[in-house]
Amino acid sequence: MTSETTTPMIGRAIKRREDPKLITGQGNFLDDVKLNGMTHAAVLRSPYAHARILSIDTQKAAALPGVVAVFVGKDLLDVNPLPCAWPAGGFKNNMNTPRAMAVDVVRFVGEAVAVVIAEDRFIARDALDLIDVDYEPLAVVVDPEKATQPGAPQLHENAPNNVVVEWSAGNREGTNRAVASAEVVVKERIVNQRLMATPMETRGSIARYESSTNEFTLWTSSQAPHVMRLLLTAFVFGIPETKLRVIAPNVGGGFGQKIFVYPDMVFCMWISRKIGRPVKFVEDRSENFKSSTHGRDHVTDVELSGTRDGQITGLRVKTYAGLGAYLSTIAPGVATTLYGRIVTGVYKIPNVSIDVIATYTNTAMVDAYRGAGRPEASYLIERIVDRFAAELGMDPAEVRRRNFIPPTEFPYDNGLGLLPYDSGNYAPALDKALANVGYADLRKEQATLRAQGRYLGIGISSYVEICGVAPTAWANGQGWGAGLWESANVRIHLTGQVVVTTGSLPHGQGVETTFAQIVADELGVPYDSVLIEHSDTAGTPFGYGTYGSRSLAVGGTAMVKSARKIKEKAKRLAAHLLEANPEDMIFADGKISVKGSPDKSKTFGEIALYASVGASMPEGEEPFLDETTYYDPPNCTFPFGTHISVVEVFPDTGAVEVKRYVAVDDVGNIINPRIVHGQLHGGIAQGMAQALYENAVYDDNGQLLAGTLMDYAIPNASMLPDFEISHTVTPSPVNPLGVKGAGEAGTIGSAQCIMNAVIDALSPFGVRHMQMPATPEKIWHATRG
Amino acid sequence: MIPAAFQYVKANSVAEALVLLQQHGEDAKLVAGGHSLIPAMKLRLSQPSVLIDIAGMADLKGIAVNGAELTIGAGETYHAIATSAAVKQACGVVAACVGQIGDIQVRNCGTIGGALAHSDPAADLTAVFLALGGKVTAQSANGSRQIAADDLFVSMLTTALDSGEILAKVTVPVLQKGQGAAYAKLKHPASRYAIVGVAAMVTISNGVVTAARVAVTGAGPQAVRQASCENALIGSNGDAAAVKAAAAKAGDDMDYLGDIHASEEYRRAMVQVYAARALNEALAQARA
Repeated sequence: MTSETTTPMIGRAIKRREDPKLITGQGNFLDDVKLNGMTHAAVLRSPYAHARILSIDTQKAAALPGVVAVFVGKDLLDVNPLPCAWPAGGFKNNMNTPRAMAVDVVRFVGEAVAVVIAEDRFIARDALDLIDVDYEPLAVVVDPEKATQPGAPQLHENAPNNVVVEWSAGNREGTNRAVASAEVVVKERIVNQRLMATPMETRGSIARYESSTNEFTLWTSSQAPHVMRLLLTAFVFGIPETKLRVIAPNVGGGFGQKIFVYPDMVFCMWISRKIGRPVKFVEDRSENFKSSTHGRDHVTDVELSGTRDGQITGLRVKTYAGLGAYLSTIAPGVATTLYGRIVTGVYKIPNVSIDVIATYTNTAMVDAYRGAGRPEASYLIERIVDRFAAELGMDPAEVRRRNFIPPTEFPYDNGLGLLPYDSGNYAPALDKALANVGYADLRKEQATLRAQGRYLGIGISSYVEICGVAPTAWANGQGWGAGLWESANVRIHLTGQVVVTTGSLPHGQGVETTFAQIVADELGVPYDSVLIEHSDTAGTPFGYGTYGSRSLAVGGTAMVKSARKIKEKAKRLAAHLLEANPEDMIFADGKISVKGSPDKSKTFGEIALYASVGASMPEGEEPFLDETTYYDPPNCTFPFGTHISVVEVFPDTGAVEVKRYVAVDDVGNIINPRIVHGQLHGGIAQGMAQALYENAVYDDNGQLLAGTLMDYAIPNASMLPDFEISHTVTPSPVNPLGVKGAGEAGTIGSAQCIMNAVIDALSPFGVRHMQMPATPEKIWHATRG
Repeated sequence: MIPAAFQYVKANSVAEALVLLQQHGEDAKLVAGGHSLIPAMKLRLSQPSVLIDIAGMADLKGIAVNGAELTIGAGETYHAIATSAAVKQACGVVAACVGQIGDIQVRNCGTIGGALAHSDPAADLTAVFLALGGKVTAQSANGSRQIAADDLFVSMLTTALDSGEILAKVTVPVLQKGQGAAYAKLKHPASRYAIVGVAAMVTISNGVVTAARVAVTGAGPQAVRQASCENALIGSNGDAAAVKAAAAKAGDDMDYLGDIHASEEYRRAMVQVYAARALNEALAQARA
């Protein structure tokens, strides 16, 4: 360790330390893991969205040379169904969660029916064609609203009308009065279509069971290995938690899909124990699309009331949220708490009322997808506020400004059962975005072009979201079944190298870099001397994992707190060696010195060596610098911003060209601008993709029509504009770093930004709303009246 | 997405490939770039028991201009064609068309012969080839024959090639003064194939359109000529009104497909829009 002054790392746009291995093919992903004696699984999946399984004949498959064994759902009845960890309020019925394989009834296309284990995955796949399943098809429902109607096909006997949850928040009577007495009411049916996360690396599991110790090891592409360990042992298998080690290798994107517990984790473990050999299963893209979780799928009726001069007086919302055929791990909470409690967005709305009816449908499970509830909320409010502005003939920027929560009212309670918004100052972000895009001139240009028969649209989105979701006590009140704190252990080895272990982990966010920047600054040590270890339940403290943009606000803060404890101990030890009072010690520039006597000092390296050897510790002090923090924040954080896009639509074809995309995001303090911008770029791309391209549509028979990447349109770089990104900085008062989180903000701010622009462009044709995605065909129709 | 088991053999010449084709009969498939065949095999829509690899074979290479004809070896990749000075000079529409197919990886592997032999309903080259009135040379154990563009595409994924034949060469006309050809395409947002692609070739003489060939891909089950559109243009002066009238006839005599991205109604309308674009560009070239 050097004792030289180190350059502050926080705020520097350094390159990500994880990239060299990832871009040179040296990253070890799940499919790269190969074990001695490993067998390969292939899954026979239901071709029906709803059917009774009358019989399954696996004999021919089992007889194929190279096949080790074939298992069906009935074989695995000695383990429990998967748990749902977030039974949010308003539950009408028992929870129906999936088993590792269907037993008597299949309820969506892609549900596992049988698993073949073979010496290689090619044989395993061939054997699937030799299994005969006799199905009796049943009636199908895929629409979350139609599922509740009389006569709709019923998925689960214990869930009449397919209702999971009837949840509400806000002030129903006040809202009804506000809407009934309003000068202006706008109403709209707004659909937030189903999406597929499409991580570049699909999901999967490799399980190894050791009979000598009764211990499992599970490699899985996961955002939350500690939680997987907990759920699989305590809830599914009923074995001690210590009998399972979970390792997440490098994870190639997750976007929420990899938070959850999945059937393949269970059958790989169960079969590995049964046959005494490791079992590997990695999804192909079709399986990822059909059987891993989807996102969104809301059908909402919304009414917004206000005055003729643009003051919003009420918001009434009723949403049908499709959760798929079974409940995924946190699905009910995404559709309720993470959506319904922030549906007022950045506006001060005196009367608000929301009902959410979450339902079962014959589709893949729906759970958190980048933004998880907040994109749905943000899309809804920003669309209907634009609709309100159009109704009044007012400038949408002005209507927004008029209704912003004033900066003087923070912390702000929106009346929907959320903890108060921590901090915010919405007008400066709007003003900056308007200035950056050149709003006034653009409106003039728009008018000029319209006169020439060209259709420019300008879309504004002012968003707020919930990040660093916590604290545990509040989350428990929302039905969350566990904690939401995060862990970090910091220890200083004899050579002065810093090893940090955490329950948080990256799946593309670059947190090894960000975390090392924070710890290096806090301890005043070189960035390169800080190692971040993660993703393995062996060797890291229990933690809740990475989702909800929580790694930095919660996990990063845990690191800061551990580092501060280290500094306190280092001061005590230095004081002992220098025969001074600990209270008189100053920790700065990699040195601990006596206040007023800078010559009397020890370097941090000297203290690390002294503490690590531990030969002459002062009375009551243990050797080694090693501190752990389990940090539970007092509140969530609430990043916000304004995005503005400029589009041109071409009536002859319906094509949309996104000409500009200006984003002003306030994510609090920024540790690494390069990483924050990368997160925002990816997030905006995903929101734009929802607005223009992506649609995980099922037909009425429950067949996924967009089942391949030849049909499901994710954008490539050539389909995206340059992103013009800047910031305002309103530090969060919630954590000592003043950070808010940036992983989801781009997605939360962008879909409605594009849609508002498209609809603005089409306003001369009388268009006031259009459902996503705004495909050329829809636009072409709209321009033809 | 794992194909059924198959045997792989590498052929080093057309002669060798023909012997292998005879040897393995109907169970064999030729593979060059593999960008259509391999995905179909992964989905088990196609399960050949033998793959005969003809990629990179010297006697399927070569780009040459002979008088009024440009001949391209069937094994030439899109990238090689898109960057060939000879192709750009002799028949620029071919270079432009293949230069926008897929992405760089696809263009490095995909071949002109593969595209034409596969007759994918949404392929780009099929329409360009039809509009240019080209021909292919097919080789078999019995010798070789030429198939005109108008006779090549039989139905969806089916051509006039026999199972014992290899598409060896592609020949298109060298565009002369007074001629122009263009391809206009509405890209599928996911696959980047054509939702609608229209290719047009026109000849102008003394201010009058004396010949026109127009073909549509993407919108229907196979690439198809547009006779009424062509006839409407021929004899006109090719001005805006003439193009408008001709484009309005495009898509009259064909079957359509529809999917989640584009209905039949929309494809029908876009055929006219893109026909006008292709015609306008072709006419501009012809006048230049």
